[in-house]
Amino acid sequence: MHLQLTVNGNPREVDGAWEGESLLYVLRERLGLPGSKNACEQGECGSCSVYLDGVLVCSCLVLAAQAAGRDVVTVEGLAENGELHPIQKDFVEAGAVQCGFCTPGLIVATHELLARNPRPTDPEIREALAGNLCRCTGYEKILDAVRAAAVRNSRA
Amino acid sequence: MTPTKERTIAPPVRGGVGTSARRQDSVPKVKGEFAYSSDLWAEGMLWGATVRSPHPRAAIRSLDITDALTVSGVHAVLTHEDVPGRKLFGMEIVDQPVLAWDEIRYEGEPVALVAADHPENARRAADRLRVDYEELPPLVDPERAVEPDAPQLHASGNLIRHARIRCGDPAVTADVVIEGTYETAMQDQAFLGPESGLAVPAEDGGIDLYVATQWLHVDLEQLAASLGLPQDKVRITLAGVGGAFGAREDLSMQIHCCMLALYTGRPVKMMYSREESFFGHVHRHPARMHYEHGATREGELVYVKARIVLDGGAYASSSTAVCANATAFACGPYEVPNVQVDALAVYTNNPPCGAMRGFGAVQACFAYESQMDKLADALGMDPVELRMKNAMSTGSAMPTGQIVEGPAPVAELLRRVKEMSLPPAGHDAPLDLRSLPGGVSNTTHGEGIRRGVGYAIGFKNIAFSEGSDDFATARVRLFAAGGEPQVEVHSAAAEVGQGVGVVQIQVARTELGVERVTLLPADTTVGSAGSSSASRQTWMTGGAVKSACEAVRARLLERAAGELGGSPSDFSMEGGKIVSQTNGIEVSIADLLGRDSIEETREYRHRKTYPMDPETGQGDAHVAFAFAAHRAIVDVDTELGLVRVVELATAQDVGKAINPLSVEGQIEGGSAQGLGLALMEEIQVSNGRIRNPSFTDYLIPTVLDMPPMKIDVLELGDPEAPYGVKGVGEAPTISSTPAVIAALRDATGRALERAPVRPEDVVGLTEREVR
Ligand code: FES
Ligand code: FES
Repeated sequence: MHLQLTVNGNPREVDGAWEGESLLYVLRERLGLPGSKNACEQGECGSCSVYLDGVLVCSCLVLAAQAAGRDVVTVEGLAENGELHPIQKDFVEAGAVQCGFCTPGLIVATHELLARNPRPTDPEIREALAGNLCRCTGYEKILDAVRAAAVRNSRA
Repeated sequence: MTPTKERTIAPPVRGGVGTSARRQDSVPKVKGEFAYSSDLWAEGMLWGATVRSPHPRAAIRSLDITDALTVSGVHAVLTHEDVPGRKLFGMEIVDQPVLAWDEIRYEGEPVALVAADHPENARRAADRLRVDYEELPPLVDPERAVEPDAPQLHASGNLIRHARIRCGDPAVTADVVIEGTYETAMQDQAFLGPESGLAVPAEDGGIDLYVATQWLHVDLEQLAASLGLPQDKVRITLAGVGGAFGAREDLSMQIHCCMLALYTGRPVKMMYSREESFFGHVHRHPARMHYEHGATREGELVYVKARIVLDGGAYASSSTAVCANATAFACGPYEVPNVQVDALAVYTNNPPCGAMRGFGAVQACFAYESQMDKLADALGMDPVELRMKNAMSTGSAMPTGQIVEGPAPVAELLRRVKEMSLPPAGHDAPLDLRSLPGGVSNTTHGEGIRRGVGYAIGFKNIAFSEGSDDFATARVRLFAAGGEPQVEVHSAAAEVGQGVGVVQIQVARTELGVERVTLLPADTTVGSAGSSSASRQTWMTGGAVKSACEAVRARLLERAAGELGGSPSDFSMEGGKIVSQTNGIEVSIADLLGRDSIEETREYRHRKTYPMDPETGQGDAHVAFAFAAHRAIVDVDTELGLVRVVELATAQDVGKAINPLSVEGQIEGGSAQGLGLALMEEIQVSNGRIRNPSFTDYLIPTVLDMPPMKIDVLELGDPEAPYGVKGVGEAPTISSTPAVIAALRDATGRALERAPVRPEDVVGLTEREVR
């Protein structure tokens, strides 16, 4: 199967993919973008979260073929000119990263939350991130990171 | 609160011991650039897959690989006949087949391997392997397993270990006696990064393996034996580890992946799916625990009798150590003069069980803390007061006869959690459905909601016990680059997310006064660091880095004395400089070193421990103990059986917080896993088969399940440990489970003798059911 799609602003082509491959597999194994993670590959953990045409999706549940001709943004596409995105900085500073396997998905999900709700309350943050599992942190430091991002937004 | 004794050390350097220095791996992790074991790729790489038994117990009549080999893209199909060396492996007891050949002992046991050019082709070939099984009735009841006429699953019999404590008078009587039988379920570590790695065959006939593990060198020994290679032909590098929690202590895909790579001469990647992961690693031992406590009317413990049965499943894994812990910590952190404990770990045809955070201590704590609450109730006493009255302290004797030497602030931790402020009761008006138990799925208006408060305290040993030669190695190199001193630290300590990487960097900064410290990748070209388990790495590898730095510093000062005259003791290190204390002459480290570097390697050992006596359990088996207490506040919908944990408060003595932010992270994450066991986490096994091997059906706490936490960290400094540190990781997992369930009992008045507590337990549908 041959595919064309845009990933992090760049047109990309994929050749020889098997029809059953997920978008996650193609990103990780064919496009050299393993930042999106594969903790469950069954839509339960959020570690594979990416934007597909601006919509937050679990890339493990999207067939690569469904992404043909569409626009994908992954965690690798959030930093600008080598500078960490402010949300990425917040995660680092808050101590929200332990093993970090949940982190890319959480950062993309947080990015999406703050884009539609720049100053979320705690219950809103919890609801928005309820689909992202983390086994290491107990979520406290992740909440701290998102709160810090929200505070920054209210100053802006 | 004796502060840790501070040596005079080099002047303050940024990011040293005691600061929340930034982790070296956090920036690559937030960018998605950190290379986990599942992210690896090599030119010409093949994909490995494992063929697993669908039956929990069976005899293999025959294995036919012909069909599997015809699948396109398949490069190899291997069976037990292809294991080049030892056909069994095991960390403590070598009892587990690399690939089964005659008998299947658990559902999911590996029987063959496939390598193919695409993971889908590997899976298809795996489906085409023909195995003729003769199904046998699985032995799934651990109590039945030790009956004399039970089928024997291993040549050694079904008993892996029977540990005992015989202390004091077995016939002593007491004013008040209470009994209880408790159970904890099989819990899964549920790390997010699946078992995975890349094996690359080397030109010398050896193998290079990049893998996520907890202990590189114990993998190396087992790999070399089963691959039939000398140990120097097996080189292992730690790939990024997506969590561990005990589940990576045993081998999973390591030997398999190397076998396929050596056979095909190509790099081979293996990566378990989430479902396979549930079959691919050991779990927390389910436990059945019968307890009897006797006390005076005033609430002094007179005796404890306990019988604990741990289901080890099909293979031993770390069952012997789990059993020892359940025994040694069976009574909790209390002074008990008369103790009779029998703990058994047994083989069954259930999934193999082994290490998970707090092992042995987690199970026992649920039982003894439930008993303490029951006893308090029988005595009409406050449960915290009863605990404080019996609390062990420094100088107390354990039931094993060991005197507790380091800080043991049991009463203090309880007092602290008790005194923390309580969250406001009741709900805001208007009612926010999200704050109800069950959240927006709650179909009531909160009429049946009751609040409950529960307390618990637990403890556990730090580092390896019972006489094991427990050590960690570190190599430290000081050199100058661009006129600046720099340090490289090299150890095999597995960074599994807990933060041992930045700990090593912080120690080197503090000891050498140099800010630019680089951590080399953990691999087997340096000596063993021991396992990232048993809450031991900060103490052990931290200790090794500290000793190596001290040796480097001593050599640097000798060099200064050689160049500038005088003796090494005349010099000190200050802010990247060497300063003479006699005449004030100073020289920069960079100038002194020039193009030379100073490198030292040191092994760190904790003090010797001794086995527990097999008949009486007596012996100084442990190095030190970690303590934590929790208070849980819950809202329970007593009609729907739904629970919301409103708040968790905890107090823990960490000895010394090398990195306070990481310490909090460990406490929060550990508490979450304990909350999971209290409320939702259970691998449901029926007749030897796992019924819920997915994150759809095996639930771990989400951000909606975890409440805000209040944390009180004490730093009481263990005099034996480097900087006074104690391990942090396990203690929070131990006491949070019984605290949450105590709060549920407080809210519901129900007995709740089994963890996890299910909605049907909360509403009382299972009260008299014997399970
Ligand atoms: S990997 Fe896609 S949701 Fe878990
Ligand atoms: S940091 Fe390990 S899963 Fe979240």
